Amino acid sequence: MNWFAIGNIADIPLRGARCVKTPQGKIAVFRTAENEVFAIEDHCPHKGGPLSQGIVHAKAVTCPLHNWVISLETGTALGVDEGAVKTIALKNDGGALFIALEDLMVAAE
Amino acid sequence: MNEKLVIIGNGMAPGRMLEHLLEKAPGRYAITIFNAEPRVNYDRIMLSPVLSGEKDYEEIIIHGDGWYIKHGITLYKGHRIVAIDRDAKTVTSDHGVTESYDKLVIATGSVPFILPVPGKELPGVITYRDLDDVQAMLLAAQSREKAVVIGGGLLGLEAAAGLVGRGMDVTVLHVMPTLMDRQLDPAAGYLLQKELERRGIKVLCKANTKAIIGNGKVEGIELEDGRIIPATLVVMAVGIRPSVGLAREAGLAINRGIVVDHGMQTSDGSIWALGECAEVGGMVYGLVAPLYEMARVAASHLAGEQGAAFVHSDTPTKLKVTGIELFSLGDFADGDDREEIVLRDASAGVYKRLVLKGNRIIGTVLYGETADGAWFNDLKKKQTDISEMRETLIFGQAYQGGAPLDPMAAVAALPDDAEICGCNGVCKGRIVSTITEKGLTSLDDVRAHTKASASCGSCTGLVEQLMTLTLGDSYNPAAVQPMCGCTDLGHDDVRRLIKAKGLKTIPAVMQELEWKTSCGCAKCRPALNYYLVCDWPDEYADDYQSRYINERVHANIQKDGTYSVVPRMWGGVTNSGELRAIADVVDKFEIPLVKVTGGQRIDLLGIEKEDLPAVWADLGKAGFISGQAYAKGLRTVKTCVGSDWCRFGTQDSTGLGIRIEKFMWGSWTPAKLKMAVSGCPRNCAEATCKDIGVICVDSGFEIHFAGAAGLDIKGTEVLGLVKSEDEALEHIVALTQMYREQARYLERIYKWAKRIGLDEIRRQIMGDADKCKAYYDRFVFSQKFAQVDPWSERVSGKDKHEFRPMATIGYGQAAE
Repeated sequence: MNWFAIGNIADIPLRGARCVKTPQGKIAVFRTAENEVFAIEDHCPHKGGPLSQGIVHAKAVTCPLHNWVISLETGTALGVDEGAVKTIALKNDGGALFIALEDLMVAAE
Repeated sequence: MNEKLVIIGNGMAPGRMLEHLLEKAPGRYAITIFNAEPRVNYDRIMLSPVLSGEKDYEEIIIHGDGWYIKHGITLYKGHRIVAIDRDAKTVTSDHGVTESYDKLVIATGSVPFILPVPGKELPGVITYRDLDDVQAMLLAAQSREKAVVIGGGLLGLEAAAGLVGRGMDVTVLHVMPTLMDRQLDPAAGYLLQKELERRGIKVLCKANTKAIIGNGKVEGIELEDGRIIPATLVVMAVGIRPSVGLAREAGLAINRGIVVDHGMQTSDGSIWALGECAEVGGMVYGLVAPLYEMARVAASHLAGEQGAAFVHSDTPTKLKVTGIELFSLGDFADGDDREEIVLRDASAGVYKRLVLKGNRIIGTVLYGETADGAWFNDLKKKQTDISEMRETLIFGQAYQGGAPLDPMAAVAALPDDAEICGCNGVCKGRIVSTITEKGLTSLDDVRAHTKASASCGSCTGLVEQLMTLTLGDSYNPAAVQPMCGCTDLGHDDVRRLIKAKGLKTIPAVMQELEWKTSCGCAKCRPALNYYLVCDWPDEYADDYQSRYINERVHANIQKDGTYSVVPRMWGGVTNSGELRAIADVVDKFEIPLVKVTGGQRIDLLGIEKEDLPAVWADLGKAGFISGQAYAKGLRTVKTCVGSDWCRFGTQDSTGLGIRIEKFMWGSWTPAKLKMAVSGCPRNCAEATCKDIGVICVDSGFEIHFAGAAGLDIKGTEVLGLVKSEDEALEHIVALTQMYREQARYLERIYKWAKRIGLDEIRRQIMGDADKCKAYYDRFVFSQKFAQVDPWSERVSGKDKHEFRPMATIGYGQAAE
């Protein structure tokens, strides 16, 4: 695991999200109303909708394309839908945010 | 022949008395009312919401003109009685009308006390008593200048909050060390002062007014300590005095008020007095509950019944300022024979104090959290010995006996004589028995029969809980489809409560309406955001995190995560310059698809989100603004070429379409709103399947609405025919505003119209010129805040974060 700095928590609106571009695709970084921060793949398990563009509520996000609700903690779809996205380890160091990417990914070059 | 009953005054007390009297002894009297105010009976308690803009005058009328006609009552509006001749048994008005009576009721109310200081007559010094005063304040508030309110009591603080809400810079002067000193102890007064200051009201306590200064009009206040407070408006709210001049001249017994016995009879056996002008048992009253009790007693005697007697009871006080919870009851002064229980939670802004004497509650002050007010009131009234529950008493009813925190349980546990509606003095038992006896099933019925929750409305929730308890499954508020899993309330209830409780933020709605989730969901948040945008256009700060992505970034998301962009082309008309600019944008950003839409616009598809601001910047240079093709709002007005070009055209349909679009663009609506104007009944613009359409004819403009051409297909209904373009615009705008205010979020106009009835819509828009105008005015007001081009805002840098990745991590980047 390698930690990459992605910016500060203040860069993300409350109940909002931002994207981080990586060689393996976009990662969505969410900030909840309670100031918790989560990172998951920006790719809905249903039809690949950009989860970072959805409405954030409690610890979940609703996909903008077809309203699947995805848990930010586990990456799994809530309710009757089934599916999951990968969660990304995230470290919040006094507001400075870091995400962990696998060695494999970084070494890919 | 009927006895003649004459009433002087038409406020809430005589109004209520008449309701009782007409029920007990219909037809017994020929009734004549003289009202010094030139209007019908209205709910004076609700003047503060009118001042703050939460209600209109029409909404606070208790008895409309029709009520007087229905009951055969003669109402002289704007007639002040100047003389009572007790020998001849006549009264005479300032307009010279003389009326004889068999029985006379004096209900002249009170007059505001005016401080006897120099300058008190200057223009710009007003009191706070009736609708005229409110209108004077509203007029003055337009200046958005400085106002001083003298008096930090209930009325003064409500006036101050209203004026601040209207944009004035307000200072409250209060002669005592803390606010509302007659209702609150110093600790609660302090919390209240902090909260008011947080809202931008300046508060000066221990401030003695020496003079009102100004040359020809008010310019400021001079205090005893020499300070000068500049002001262009001074509101005096230092107290009221019973209005007894008329009764005194007639030779009736007067003390502080008109002296009456416990049956409300004056020293003259043919004359009764009630309301704020009456003094009973040595007391005069100003809150509505005892005045309504007087009304009940007086009506009983006038109906020929014996024995009804006025009984004093303490009335709880509440402040009608949105978002401030405050409850005060009884006696709360310190004393050697008294004990107190105090709870403070500074971070939550909660303060509770119970004053006990001999293990019984004699006074209560609650600030910040008042739900247990009714319970404490009940314990006080019953003189309940509280020693058993003393340790947990202050935590409220829910904590007694370890019962779960279920609001229904709290209501169920209330005794039958617990007061539910403070304004109307209605207890639980009366509501429950009336529901059962009369077989009532709706809240409106319960209000009509018991008056509970019919005045200030703050007990509506309690009344509904009682209905659920009483009727069980047959009263089924859940028959209303809840908005979403976060609440049991339906859209209509939520909209009503947002207005009634003056809720102006999403957290306030969720807190006050007891949302079951911490911050809602993707269903309720966009709906609440719309309702708040619609209801409080000038005050509500649009919450973009509660908007769907399309409205948040002002473009339409596509299945691959790219966006489409539709610039506005007024009425579907364009020109070579605009088309050239579009062509250049398409080339520059390599836009993969250009498509003409059904609404006569050009759609540019497949744009990366990061490119959106640059695309808009180029389009903006050519004069384009957002076409809002993504909005639950006004989309397009489609037109045909009309009388300018078409040999069949009867009117300038293109011109009218452009005019409508320029007037209405930017407005948010419950669901998308598509319109069209056709120049003749051949209907080339397909106006008869639109949300709102116009068919031009020789004699004018036929306005259509409630069409559909999506999942459902439905031809429009005719709203009506108007003669001029101006009228067409006005009626279309009014219809749109009615829809904006009433429909549920995502409910298209045809579904809304079906639900509330086409005739009702025609009646309000085509049949009621005042209503139509009021809708129109509210739309125009909200447009002041809505007509901002979201594209140019974002080109200028707004919401930058939306369009950029937070970070880009490349291969080979050094890990930390």
